[in-house]
Amino acid sequence: MGNKQTIFTQEQLDAYQDCTFFTRKEILRLFYRYRDLAPQLVPLDYSASPAVTLPYELIGSMPELKDNPFRQRIAEVFSEHGDGNMTLDDFLDMFSVLSEMAPRDLKAYYAFKIYDYNNDDYICKSDLEKTVNKLTRNELTPEEVSLVCEKVIYEADVDNDGKLSLADFQHMIVRAPDFLRYLVSLITTTEQEKTLPQRTNI
Amino acid sequence: MTKQDKSTEGNDGNDDNEEGSAVENEEAAKGTDKGRKRATPRTRRAHARGRDRHGDEEDEDGEDGARRTGHRRHRSRRRGRAAGNEASDSDMEPAKARKNQANQKSKEDDEEEEDEKGGKGGKGKNEKKGDKKPDKKGKKEKANKKKKDKKKSGSGSDSESEEEPITEEELAKLKEEVEEKKKLIATLRNKPWKMKKKLSVLKEAQLFVEKFEGALGKGKGKKFYAYKVMMTKKWMKFQRDFENFKTACIPWEMKIKEIESHFGSSVASYFIFLRWMYGINMILFGLTFGLVMVPEALMGKPYGSLPRKTVPRAEEATAMNFATLWDFSGLAQYSVLFYGYYNNQRTIGWLKFRMPLSYFLVGVGSIGYSFMVVTRTMAKNANDDGGGDDTSFNFSWKMFTSWDYLIGNPETADNKFASITTSFKEAIVEEQESRKEENIHLTRFLRVLANFLALCTLAGSGYLIFFVVRRSQQFALEGLENYGWWERNEVNTVMSLLGMFCPTLFDVISSLENYHPRIALRWQLGRIFALFLGNLYTFIIALMDEINLKLEEEKIVKYNMTIWEASLYNGTIPENSTAPPIQVDPADVPRGPCWETMVGQEFVRLVVSDMMTTYITILIGDFLRAVFVRFFNYCWCWDLEYGFPSYSEFDISGNVLGLIFNQGMIWMGSFYAPCLPAINVFRLHTSMYLQCWAVMCCNVPQERVFKASRSNNFYMAMLLFILFLSTLPAVYTIVSIPPSFDCGPFSGKTRMYEVISETLEHDFPSWFGKVFGYASNPGLILPFILLMVLSIYYLNATSKSYKEANLELKKKLQSQAEENKRRNKQKAQKSNEQEENPFETEPSPAKAKGDKQDESTPNKDGKKGQDGNGSKNTGQPQEASSSQTLQRPGPVLNGHYPPQSRGGNLPPPSIAVTRPPGPRRPGVPGYPPGNPCLPGMQPGMPRGPPMYR
Repeated sequence: MGNKQTIFTQEQLDAYQDCTFFTRKEILRLFYRYRDLAPQLVPLDYSASPAVTLPYELIGSMPELKDNPFRQRIAEVFSEHGDGNMTLDDFLDMFSVLSEMAPRDLKAYYAFKIYDYNNDDYICKSDLEKTVNKLTRNELTPEEVSLVCEKVIYEADVDNDGKLSLADFQHMIVRAPDFLRYLVSLITTTEQEKTLPQRTNI
Repeated sequence: MTKQDKSTEGNDGNDDNEEGSAVENEEAAKGTDKGRKRATPRTRRAHARGRDRHGDEEDEDGEDGARRTGHRRHRSRRRGRAAGNEASDSDMEPAKARKNQANQKSKEDDEEEEDEKGGKGGKGKNEKKGDKKPDKKGKKEKANKKKKDKKKSGSGSDSESEEEPITEEELAKLKEEVEEKKKLIATLRNKPWKMKKKLSVLKEAQLFVEKFEGALGKGKGKKFYAYKVMMTKKWMKFQRDFENFKTACIPWEMKIKEIESHFGSSVASYFIFLRWMYGINMILFGLTFGLVMVPEALMGKPYGSLPRKTVPRAEEATAMNFATLWDFSGLAQYSVLFYGYYNNQRTIGWLKFRMPLSYFLVGVGSIGYSFMVVTRTMAKNANDDGGGDDTSFNFSWKMFTSWDYLIGNPETADNKFASITTSFKEAIVEEQESRKEENIHLTRFLRVLANFLALCTLAGSGYLIFFVVRRSQQFALEGLENYGWWERNEVNTVMSLLGMFCPTLFDVISSLENYHPRIALRWQLGRIFALFLGNLYTFIIALMDEINLKLEEEKIVKYNMTIWEASLYNGTIPENSTAPPIQVDPADVPRGPCWETMVGQEFVRLVVSDMMTTYITILIGDFLRAVFVRFFNYCWCWDLEYGFPSYSEFDISGNVLGLIFNQGMIWMGSFYAPCLPAINVFRLHTSMYLQCWAVMCCNVPQERVFKASRSNNFYMAMLLFILFLSTLPAVYTIVSIPPSFDCGPFSGKTRMYEVISETLEHDFPSWFGKVFGYASNPGLILPFILLMVLSIYYLNATSKSYKEANLELKKKLQSQAEENKRRNKQKAQKSNEQEENPFETEPSPAKAKGDKQDESTPNKDGKKGQDGNGSKNTGQPQEASSSQTLQRPGPVLNGHYPPQSRGGNLPPPSIAVTRPPGPRRPGVPGYPPGNPCLPGMQPGMPRGPPMYR
């Protein structure tokens, strides 16, 4: 990574810096990360913003996401067409939200989207069941799962409609003691992010 | 352009602002009226725009010159864009509404984080410290205003060059606008939009700022501000790094996490307790090692210079044998490890280190420190307990925040999955426990019976111990030589037998009670604790007896000493009178029994043997058993793994109590054996590794994994009690038993604490001693104690009342939440009933359809649909409210919207979703007129074309 980079124009970089929580360097690193996923697909010159999309299989195999039970949902939520395939913009967007600097309302908003499997803007019982099963790798019995889901709805559903809206979700999650840690843990994703490409580039 | 024009324009703008904010507020307050409100500001805005244009034209009439043409061009271009925007205004409506919502949401955060982010971004963000507008503008309002302001500010800058005095107000206004734009740029990253949209918005805003920033002549304090921002950023980063460093310094975190993930928090709580103990012992060790042992070893008289520092002649032969050393006698006894080695010299070495004083203060200080730490931890835990209402969202938090997004390693991920599953199971057990309904009488009877049995066991074992101790005293008086092995070891054997069988008995008894495992653990702990107290009691009694014996012996030795000295003189003086001070090898000098060293030795032996038993138990009871079960299972007639021996479970209560009593030994004994904390540190360190290994490789998780109470205050309470108990004998010996005459730092004094008065006499000015004397007379001390008692009483009372108030508040909050819920439910039911009447035959297919539509309506169609909706007033509210939950400009969610205000007068969305209205019905019959949501729903439903993904 020299001082002169020809990947982006200065305006592009500035714009990305304004639109994400990253510095110039981080954006470049992220670009290299993105490019390393498929060097043959991604050109080294992005000044004309070519329409390159990486398939979900590549995105999901990143070490940051590989072991995450929600990786598919994350990719889907951040991809432009909801299919998990990502452009560089989507990619930057994703890691910007997952970075430590992102405010928690933003995080809560995207967390809600991630847990909302059927995209109906409510987390309903089937969404919850999916979440529990992913979190526990199907190790709970169906009765236990449904008990847990019922409890969650009972606890967090303020307006009593049997499912969680974004308002319910935010009301609940902002009070979570771990939510701060949740944010902090997200940082490290980007910390890794920062270190890994360095290694590849040296 | 005239002043009047200007002022009207300014006023107009202000009006618009105010209206905008008013609308905003009302929107926030009532989601339902949104549609109507939204319609009004738009018309008004259009009006304002018209007027603006009018004003511009007037401007142009009144001005001339090439500059103006440039402006005109510029303005016309802008106008063209504005027109384009307007043309697409209705299209953009939902998107803007969405922006609006997002803006509101993130605003607070924005304002907080702005400072931090300011320096980071690209250009022009450095000077946004100007007054922020208090009214929170929606994005849409902003956008509209922007257009208008561009024109206005265009004229403003026009006039700026010509009419200086008027522009003040305008300039301020423009400044504000630029500020706003900049704020938008700065907070753009907080908006949940797609990158494309962000980029376009950014470009627009930047253009605006670029254009008008120059006119403002700002950016004077830029450098200083940038510097400030940079410094705050650096500081934050440093703090975070420091925080990370601190957490990285906590030892065994990963080990404990791993255990927690497999065995649950109850087992982990033992290890956390162990680690905490380790920390305390490290400090005790540091005190004794640094202030007592090392100075004595470095600066004190060397080994062999004094009788107390030399192995006596009789023991010399065996002093270095391993068996002797293992028993902590021989050479070990005459070393810095024990009390007797220390000399009573007031100062040692070139530093004039006051050894006896230091010894005394370290002994007292380590106990004081322990008291302080334990009580402080207890208080902190109590605070934690009383603090959060974390039970209210227990399951939700587990579900949504338990995954750690940092995990990037399959093994850690496995652990995390295991731990999440365990924590869910724990929570389920709790839940079921609270739901259980049982025969209360039977349970009560069984519990009483169980307690009775436990008490009987305790009383029996207590009597047994008492009896055995009495007998052993009798034996000791008569001389142990006449008795066999059994009589000699009776007490120890009985004690260990009791210690072995009683806990199992308690376990059996506690199965009668049917408590929740956590409460059962407490009972078990309490009972075993009572049993172990017997152990302690016998030990102390035996020690006291021995001390008394030694004191008797000491008197005899003292008498013998004088005879011996006299004989020495008598015998030697005639032979070689040339050497006045008689050279006797210190090993030959007769010496007293030195009861302090004896006590220290006893404690050290006890601790070491305790450690050995623990380790051997782990090796045999856990490891060999596991190996046996594992490998003999292939060739056995029944299933060993699930049948009788099975693998062992981790015995939390036994281990915790072992730890606590061990610590009690340390506290009692460390005054007489400064090496004890070191030994204990070693023990804790090894047992951390050994037990972690044993747990992970040979134990199975308990059948009912349960969650430990977050603060292990119960452990702490027991520890405090033991600390108190172990302080008593230590203090008693220090205060009321005279120290040995020929060993230890206090030899030659009648009481150990005299070292204090001695120091006061010699090392402080005389007035200090006087003051101390006055201060320590009972006339002053008694009132002081009284005052302390009173203040304790007062603080206790206030804390109690605070607690009560807290509880009351919590209850109130809870009942309020319940009330809200109930009200919502009632409302939902009511509207459901209202709704059900017209559509009794509308079953679930409609719902399915509605849901599918929601899922699948793609972007453009959604826009179209909403465009259509936008034409009607009724279509507005749902867009506006659904936009809150949306991120993309595209997807429209007909019929689903979150409640805007909790417990407000708006019916909960359940109506819309659980029972979507028939899509094909044209009219809105039977809907309550004052409820704009429902009719809005109706036409909205079918409009989204059924595009399925």
